[in-house]
Amino acid sequence: MHSIPGRRLIMGLFLIFLMLPIYWLVNMSFKTNGEIISTMTLWPHAPTLQHYRRIFTDESWYSGYINSLEYVIINTIISISVALPAAYAFSRYRFLGDKHLFFWLLSNRMAPAAVYALPFFNLYSAIGLFDTPWAVALAHCIFNVPLAVWILEGFVSGVPREIDETAFLDGYSFPRFFIRILVPLIASGIGVAAFFCFMFSWVELLLARTLTSVNAKPIAAVMTRTVSAAGMDWGLLAAAGVLTIIPGALVIWFVRNYIARGFALGRV
Amino acid sequence: MDKTVNQKAWFLVLPVFLVVAFSAVLPLMTVVNYSMQDTFGNNQFFWNGVGWFKELLDPSTDLGGRFLASLGRNLFFSLVILAIEVPLGIVVALSMPRQGWTVAACLVTLALPLLIPWNVVGTIWQIFGRPDIGLLGYVLNHIGLDYNYVSNDIDAWVTVIVMDVWHWTSLVALLCYAGLKSIPEAYYQAAQIDGASRWAVFKAIQLPKMNRVLLIAVLLRFMDSFMIYTEPFVVTGGGPGNSTTFVSIELVKIALGQFDLGKAAALSLVYNLIILIVCWIFYTVMTNAGSERKPQEGAA
Repeated sequence: MHSIPGRRLIMGLFLIFLMLPIYWLVNMSFKTNGEIISTMTLWPHAPTLQHYRRIFTDESWYSGYINSLEYVIINTIISISVALPAAYAFSRYRFLGDKHLFFWLLSNRMAPAAVYALPFFNLYSAIGLFDTPWAVALAHCIFNVPLAVWILEGFVSGVPREIDETAFLDGYSFPRFFIRILVPLIASGIGVAAFFCFMFSWVELLLARTLTSVNAKPIAAVMTRTVSAAGMDWGLLAAAGVLTIIPGALVIWFVRNYIARGFALGRV
Repeated sequence: MDKTVNQKAWFLVLPVFLVVAFSAVLPLMTVVNYSMQDTFGNNQFFWNGVGWFKELLDPSTDLGGRFLASLGRNLFFSLVILAIEVPLGIVVALSMPRQGWTVAACLVTLALPLLIPWNVVGTIWQIFGRPDIGLLGYVLNHIGLDYNYVSNDIDAWVTVIVMDVWHWTSLVALLCYAGLKSIPEAYYQAAQIDGASRWAVFKAIQLPKMNRVLLIAVLLRFMDSFMIYTEPFVVTGGGPGNSTTFVSIELVKIALGQFDLGKAAALSLVYNLIILIVCWIFYTVMTNAGSERKPQEGAA
């Protein structure tokens, strides 16, 4: 791949631009509130773990992380399991209304969450799922299922059709072919799709906040509590923020070689 | 490779259809229902026909004025960030190291902002830009700029735009990088033999190969910036005044703040319609680009 002159400098500057605000958040999370407000220090002069300790010992804080992970995981499982057969169908067959269906899915990925906030609230209250992780998990399906279908369709199309035909000639039934042959072949694609479902469910706040009140409150909503009559608890807010970055940073490492392809929705 | 016609494939897409229909069609029906009605509270509704829509599209009314103003701001915002992020993303993609461990390191660092919850992105920039405790605000004020995103419209806009560039340029860069990676080395060798300049290589080889991913990038960036809510809401709360109130922020204010269901529903439908139209244009262009490309590939 051919690059442009000064590429190291450009890349370096851009990475610094990306990391600087994150560094500042990490920096603040290790400072005492006194140090944050009184002086401008480039690194914590009196490093403290008090904010992290508070988050890990106070149930109302750490339960926020558990709630968030709960709906994210439920959502990822639902999205992948319904998207897999559909991706195969879109990749291999033509059927009545396939293009329209695909476009309809695409349009749902693009639908603004703000439009659905209120009707979702009514819908999930009516069926008794309000304030459970299931409500958020199902609500997030609206953008994650189409996304998973797209990504997986790209990966399924990369599997030669001869493999299906050989398997069927060998007497494999469809479900058996699907689980024993196709799924292992596109394992990396499933990983990427799961990563993206995880990611988009993890970063979304508006629906997650609207559909929960007490029991299933996500960490993003808990964070708004740092505003109190006594002013902002900046250190605590920063520490909570840093902890929300960690799961993403961990999973990103596993899919680093497929990130680019996944973002192109499997079609490069 | 031609796809075979098989209507039984519907059984395979049925689960997806049901799940998405449950979370998309049902709520949308509620919205349509609300958009035609007005309420005096106590769950008593009466028919209002197209009244809300008339009000929404008439700039002289309160609702219409707010909607059209936020729509204008939102379109302007989307165009500005596209104008910055697309060229910048291409440059960053072209600056990627060729091989070695730095590739993985750069990819992971680039992707990091994309995985931060949107409200935390807002929090990061809220802190970073504050003149008293944030590095950016502190430095800018110390070199003599009067920067305060809480009270100054332009500063608020600059902050929101820089934040979006910080948050999403990586997406464009990663997509372009994926496109660039798919170019065979032989193309470059041929260009070298022909004595092509670097610009010619970019224009004749790299840009055409990036076409498709760029289209996806523009689509995703346009849509996501058009429905942006959380990040500016956390940083500026839509202020100062209404200067950074985008369509989604206005909608949530009306729907969940004032519980003005009819107005909110009418706004939702028009908002959704705009997105649907833009989406359809992109989809058509995208599928056409795909079908034009195939015969070429066969010839090559």
